[in-house]
Amino acid sequence: MHAIDLAFGLILDPYVLMVMIMAGLFGLFMGAIPGLSATMATALLVPVTFFMDPVPALAAIVTATAMAIFAGDIPGALLRIPGTPASAAYVDEAHAMTRRGKAELALGVSLSSAIIGGLFGSAVLASSAPVLADIALNFSSFEYFWLACMGLTCAAFVASDEPLKGFVSLLLGLFIATIGIDPMSGFPRFTFGNVDLMGGINFIPAMIGMFALAEVIRSVTTVNPQPKAPQERIGNVFKGLGPVLGRYKLNLLRGSVIGTLVGALPGAGSDIAAWISYAVSKKFSREKEKFGTGHPEGIVDAGSSNNAGLGGAWVPALVFGIPGDSITAIVIGVLYMKGMNPGPTVFLYHPELIYAVFLSFFLANLLLFPLGLLAIKSSKQLLHVPRGVLMPLILMFCIVGTFAINNTVFDVGVMLVLGLIAYMMEENGFPVAPAILGLVLGPLLEDSFMTSMIKSDGNLLAFFERPIAAGLGVVTLLIWIAPLFIHLRRRYASPAGDV
Amino acid sequence: MLRRTLLSLAGAAAVLAATGLAAPAARAEWPERPITIIVPWGAGGGTDAVGRIIASLMEKDLGQPVNVVNRTGGSGVVGHSAIATADPDGYTLGVVTVEIAMMHWQGLTDLSYKDYAVLGQVNLDPGGLMVGEDSPYKSAKDLLAAIKAKPKGTFKASGTGQGGIWHLGLAGWMLSEGLPGDQVTWVPSQGSAPALKDMVAGGVDLVTSSLAEGRALIEAGKVRPLANMGTERLGIFPDVPTLKEATGSDWTVGAWRVIAGPKGIPDAIVQKASASLEKAYKSKEFQDFMKSRGFGTVWRGPKEATEFMASADKDLGEVMKKAGLVK
Repeated sequence: MHAIDLAFGLILDPYVLMVMIMAGLFGLFMGAIPGLSATMATALLVPVTFFMDPVPALAAIVTATAMAIFAGDIPGALLRIPGTPASAAYVDEAHAMTRRGKAELALGVSLSSAIIGGLFGSAVLASSAPVLADIALNFSSFEYFWLACMGLTCAAFVASDEPLKGFVSLLLGLFIATIGIDPMSGFPRFTFGNVDLMGGINFIPAMIGMFALAEVIRSVTTVNPQPKAPQERIGNVFKGLGPVLGRYKLNLLRGSVIGTLVGALPGAGSDIAAWISYAVSKKFSREKEKFGTGHPEGIVDAGSSNNAGLGGAWVPALVFGIPGDSITAIVIGVLYMKGMNPGPTVFLYHPELIYAVFLSFFLANLLLFPLGLLAIKSSKQLLHVPRGVLMPLILMFCIVGTFAINNTVFDVGVMLVLGLIAYMMEENGFPVAPAILGLVLGPLLEDSFMTSMIKSDGNLLAFFERPIAAGLGVVTLLIWIAPLFIHLRRRYASPAGDV
Repeated sequence: MLRRTLLSLAGAAAVLAATGLAAPAARAEWPERPITIIVPWGAGGGTDAVGRIIASLMEKDLGQPVNVVNRTGGSGVVGHSAIATADPDGYTLGVVTVEIAMMHWQGLTDLSYKDYAVLGQVNLDPGGLMVGEDSPYKSAKDLLAAIKAKPKGTFKASGTGQGGIWHLGLAGWMLSEGLPGDQVTWVPSQGSAPALKDMVAGGVDLVTSSLAEGRALIEAGKVRPLANMGTERLGIFPDVPTLKEATGSDWTVGAWRVIAGPKGIPDAIVQKASASLEKAYKSKEFQDFMKSRGFGTVWRGPKEATEFMASADKDLGEVMKKAGLVK
């Protein structure tokens, strides 16, 4: 109880509240501008939060991402261009509503479902993470090895349409993670005698490069005309909102549940949550034929789902140090920088900070209401920012921010090289998210495997000797075998079918 | 007029002689511009916190900004060499940690304590001996008897990376008991927090990091402290005996932090900076801060601290050679 009181004190500090409002405005801006995503907002925030205490730093990221995911719906509805990938699933639907003169209703539904989904995700995070952390206290390196395997498996298969390309990207991330001094024997790997490389590839510069710089390069190389700012005047977004929400309250719940679960899966974030929720909504709707013609039902599902996913992704990130999406992959780096090493013990060492983070989730989603309305009202100006000014600014920010973290030019080089690699990967259809997961989970996988081997004197069966480890191991092996099994069944099943 | 000039000339000559400084006597009093303190470990860690509070207290005392810069990487090599190779003008100082007495033995660098002008030691955290709450061993004596009775490698310990200070703490203890340095298998970890967590989860049998690092888990009743490997009992755990009290062993080990600059800083500046550092050390803010973090406080001036570092360098080198950790 004491920790919760302290947490309220930490979050209701005027400085923290001011940081949250500023971060919220920043997030709305990043989300509303097509091409700038919530992950990029987080990557660009890191150098700024570097100079803050843990609570304002994390609250800033929480607020900015919640705002950005909603704000992505604004250009989606008005211009048929999703502001962030998380809005892509229902961009046609929202724009169809605008064409039918219901832009206000589309944005109102987006905003209110985002708030409700976000609050639901926050509640799940706040209630489940401490319970899971209590269980996770019993996890040793054997359990973590299987968790890391499961995370990497998800990363390769869930995060992309083409598992093979996802797998290649994952291996690249794992390779980068092996650079530096081997944590077990102290042997330098791929360092070429370079002292900077001995410490390994620093994670934050890698993230800024892969998410922010890659996007800057893309905007330079593709000739996209500046989207025309919308001409419509946005009226009262609350008109007719009540009945729609009342009618689809079950959709709100379903979208939130799916969003939180998908968010918690490593490698799958808000964008995938929105696609799945939209598909589920369509499949189970009584009015399937209305989908795609400007029908709010799918927007309710997917709009709540992508915001709920944000909270869900923090569950495995805080409890196991395994990121649920690319945003929390960056957050894990921030947690280490702030001395709040993710894992079950953070709940013992710093309970007040963890509760303060939970509170910031609720507060951020409540802030979404006034700030979201502001963003809708000022959408015309927001979408009018010239890219020729914006992109050089972001590039400058990438370089200065990367340098500021360790005061070394080496990190700037890491950022530039990985940004270029990420750009080339995405241009050729290789998803970047698995590489990031590989980079984050690689050290965990290696450490947990090596320490387990030392503990068991090289006996591989030790991975199945502890009950929880055995359970996790069997599930992981089943996931690996399943595709092969399905393939064989398809091949040998009678061509005529048995139905 | 002439007399005054002569007097000041004589004064300048005296200063020159005292400092051994070849620079013109007109050189202004140190410090006349901002000072940088290099921390060789990451922001948010213990060394960073100590560096930052020292910086803020010295800033108040000296009236010049004292900035903290983290230069991480290469297991501390990057930051330590940045301190050693800075201009010896007193404007670049740094926090030098126990690793300086170890990494040259491992062949990671040529740097040793000899490359620094030491201002003073501010901290010493003795190693500890901890087991999980469900461990059958209630005292260091019981544990040692069991380690001796069982075959080599039966027990697993953790606390830091391979060849890290707490690994040496364990190896030195075993050697002092006439056992092989690797009687207990060392399981490398990324620091004491993950090692303690792994012990709570049943992954390893004992952890030898400092009791301060295990404080949260000890207070939560998940970890049992058996001994501390220092010369006297700790203020935060007055009931936990020293290793000597518990087992009779003379082995002691500790992690420490000294404030130092590159070798070659003029002696006058070293004295002045050291006086300012001592003032910071004695302040209530510093003492309260160290107490709240559970860090041990020790003051040694430039000479004593250098001697201390030399003896630590020798002791740790010996253990590393015997334990086979020297490359």
